[in-house]
Amino acid sequence: MEQHTLRAYDEELDALSAELSRMGGLAEVEVGDALRAITRRDVATAQAVISRDDRLDEIEADIERRAIRLIALRQPVADDLRRTVAALKVSMNLERCGDLAKNIAKRALVIAESEPITPLTRSIERMGELVARRLKDVLDAYAARDVERAKLVWQRDEEIDEHYDSIFRELLTYMMSDPRTIASCAHLLFVAKNLERIGDHATNIAEIIYYEITGENLPDQRPKLDALEPR
Amino acid sequence: MTTTIATENPEISVAEIDKAKVKLDVQGLDFYYGKSHSLKAVSIPFANKAVTALIGPSGCGKSTLLRTLNRMYALYPGQRATGKILLDGEDILRPGVDLSMLRARIGMVFQKPTPFPMSIFDNVAFGVKLYESLSKSEMAERVEESLRRAALWDEVKDKLNAPGLGLSGGQQQRLCVARGIAVKPEILLLDEPTSALDPISSAKLEETVIQLKADYTIVIVTHNLGQAARVSDYTGFMYLGELVEFGETATMFTRPATRRASDYITGRFG
Repeated sequence: MEQHTLRAYDEELDALSAELSRMGGLAEVEVGDALRAITRRDVATAQAVISRDDRLDEIEADIERRAIRLIALRQPVADDLRRTVAALKVSMNLERCGDLAKNIAKRALVIAESEPITPLTRSIERMGELVARRLKDVLDAYAARDVERAKLVWQRDEEIDEHYDSIFRELLTYMMSDPRTIASCAHLLFVAKNLERIGDHATNIAEIIYYEITGENLPDQRPKLDALEPR
Repeated sequence: MTTTIATENPEISVAEIDKAKVKLDVQGLDFYYGKSHSLKAVSIPFANKAVTALIGPSGCGKSTLLRTLNRMYALYPGQRATGKILLDGEDILRPGVDLSMLRARIGMVFQKPTPFPMSIFDNVAFGVKLYESLSKSEMAERVEESLRRAALWDEVKDKLNAPGLGLSGGQQQRLCVARGIAVKPEILLLDEPTSALDPISSAKLEETVIQLKADYTIVIVTHNLGQAARVSDYTGFMYLGELVEFGETATMFTRPATRRASDYITGRFG
């Protein structure tokens, strides 16, 4: 894309995007580590995730300051405006992902103290890996300004929802058959819910990227999963 | 409206507007200053009771387009226009059009304030006297109404006999707007009306423009993109004598269809 006549304007927009990419990287690490803390019953990693959450909050505040300053001083329009507003909105979604990862890490501390339930942990791990992959895909789409890749993440949110539903049923089975597992199963249920919500944020980010690049909104209704499968 | 996705970047994108809403319809207009071809097949509709802004870099033809709309160019030799400009369906470019009547229907305000060397009252009454014979009280009413609509009344009501040239630049410009609307035109053409004004006066003039669109079709040429965004309903972007993009202002400033319009409004031009 052509440069602005005012070079400082380009620098500020680029700095905003760079800061957001940095935030995205951190959020990815937080989600990945929180998942590892659960699956490996790793207390040290859980504590590290919890203590790092402030950094995401700080970057979000920084992005907000930069975006407001840009709007006030540069009065961005068209793609510049969409880029600025998108950075603001993506950063809010990433900050929420960080909060959810922190919450998962807190539960990892509790779960580490109870008996392991290996098959369930495997299910959580599979779901978590899927969610982490979606988050990575959408952040790559942001960095590459790749509208098709963003759209793909948006189209496939249903898979995550299906994982969540199946874990929910699995957890109920455990809790009914052995009431001693109720406490840790309840925590795992929240972990699954948190992962599902991180998936939703990835989907939100995909929608924001789509708007940023095309200026159009994705439709309200996502296509149902089976509609994507070849017939 | 067009639904082109910005990433496809068409060369030219001109949105259609409902024909019933169009007051002034420019169709295939070419304009020549001697041998120089300064408007190239321009087709642009101007919607009734709405503000249309014309933007573009210097020399793009936006002021030329504005000056064809009331055949101002006819004052100069060697200038000619071909194509059609339909005012309520009637071509104002055809020979035999009464230019004096035409300019009563289409008023114009220029870049620099141009008050006549006479009193504030007479500045506004001057044009009216050319077209209508009003009684003294009717004329006083017309002058007051015009000054009110131009958002100048409160500032000048106690000194209507003072010279118009004694007003500040911003007041002089609003006096010119009052003079323009006193003859009750249907269309008001504004050629960079705030380029010589301070921000407060500019804001007052912008507010005046927004108030006036309840009754007039307004076309404003401006270099101030923020002003185009603030006051207009539709925006046309011109470049090298061509209309590159035309559409709703909100669309133009959030997702312009053409790369050239986008580069211009985001400050990436050239």
